[in-house]
Amino acid sequence: MAKKVASTGNEAVANAMRIANPDVCGAYPITPATEIMQRFTSFVSNGKAKTEMVLAESEHSAMSACIGAAAAGGRVATATASQGLALMWEMLFIASGLRLPIVMGVANRALAAPLNIHGDHSDGMGARDCGWIHLYSENAQEAFDNMLMAFRIAEHMDIRLPVMVGLDGFITSHSIETMEYLDDETAAKFVGEYKAMKPLLDIKNPVSYGPLILTDMYMEYRKAHDEVMKKVPGVVLEIAAEYEKLTGRKYGLFETYRLEDAEIAVVVMSSAAGTTKDVVDAYRDKGVKVGLLKPRLFRPCPYEQLGAALKHCKAVAVMDRADCFGGSYGPLFQDIASALYTQPTKPVMINKIYGLGGRDYMPDQAEKTIDELIQIAKDGKVKSVKEYIGVRE
Amino acid sequence: MKTWKEVNPGAVVTEPGSARKFKTGSWRANKPKWIEENCIHCLLCWVYCPDMSIKVKDGKREAFDYDFCKGCGLCALECPGKKGQKAIVMEQEDK
Ligand code: SF4
Ligand code: SF4
Repeated sequence: MAKKVASTGNEAVANAMRIANPDVCGAYPITPATEIMQRFTSFVSNGKAKTEMVLAESEHSAMSACIGAAAAGGRVATATASQGLALMWEMLFIASGLRLPIVMGVANRALAAPLNIHGDHSDGMGARDCGWIHLYSENAQEAFDNMLMAFRIAEHMDIRLPVMVGLDGFITSHSIETMEYLDDETAAKFVGEYKAMKPLLDIKNPVSYGPLILTDMYMEYRKAHDEVMKKVPGVVLEIAAEYEKLTGRKYGLFETYRLEDAEIAVVVMSSAAGTTKDVVDAYRDKGVKVGLLKPRLFRPCPYEQLGAALKHCKAVAVMDRADCFGGSYGPLFQDIASALYTQPTKPVMINKIYGLGGRDYMPDQAEKTIDELIQIAKDGKVKSVKEYIGVRE
Repeated sequence: MKTWKEVNPGAVVTEPGSARKFKTGSWRANKPKWIEENCIHCLLCWVYCPDMSIKVKDGKREAFDYDFCKGCGLCALECPGKKGQKAIVMEQEDK
């Protein structure tokens, strides 16, 4: 029986990395993911993980070291956030294009300028289309579970793609919560042995990584990447089912909360989903048919399943903890709108931008959003599709 | 040509030495010409060529390998030649 402990989100991620025992970790710590690396390097120093630490001079170099090590044939993991993830951007595409199963914890944080170190999804959304698999976590427990499952997803022989696991900077990375660790032996068995695929160090079968692919072949590789992405949701569910048998904790492509018979719904990712669920309960007690959907597998985006889960609603609010500048809606709104586009029935949709740069997301913000949805469901009148909430006017 | 179903995951090259099949000579706009009588066989061109397009046999410079020479002109620049007469000059490809 797993025992309940107090842990920060970062500690949970570091422990998942210790259990997976990577061969190599290229690292350049950054707030609020610093504690992941600090704790993990302590594990390495104390012999609890047999990982070769490569402490690089920047995140670009850290990811480059991870790429080299993964191509050489090792299990590789690292962690970063914000500016660090932004600096890795070029190498993120190389990791995914070379189909290297690197696992990375990301303590999601705002992007400068203005400089800000707090919880926000701008970093993850900026890396949205880099060919990685993205999983997002509501709390420390989910961060731990997602990290363990991330190794299995990334290293699955049908997938072989890098995975980033998001947890909200400070809100989840630094808060101490109660959670359950899986005992090391069971967890290590679940993660399993690493199987290298065409490693550079197999000198009997020499290979080269990173060739020039021009007009005659580039599209074929891009199409192959898109096709392998299509297999990801199935593998994510298969591994989640196996994990559920060990832990009793159920994971899907997304979580639905009181959504089945809901007339109105809120779509919200990561830690803010917890606050919103409480408010959903309060409205349900008053007889309001409101539900919630919390994306977990953000990339590849399970459009069909998301659309099917929301199509029966009359009105849906999508909460974005990041904005896409240039007159556009928030990134999550765009995905949910795309998911519903192909459905025969569609709810009226609104987009709220909340919590940027760690601004507190309070229950009254969820209440006001739900009140607005109730009104839209009644009269169909939308005063503004996109709105910043919790901002001084 | 391979379809997307047949390509190696991650574009990993599994056939050693297959770069030989990728002939880059067609990229050339300018072509180096060897003037043998000015050549002192110092092999500086062989050292500087980024594409191994200078053939050498028994310590003596031989003809260019135009299958791979991209016409960068480094060899012509570096060539000392004989008494100030270059042993490599660059000409327009279509000449
Ligand atoms: S650099 Fe010029 S002189 Fe020297 S070997 Fe080459 S062609 Fe001959
Ligand atoms: S022109 Fe450039 S590529 Fe061609 S032989 Fe000279 S150095 Fe080599």
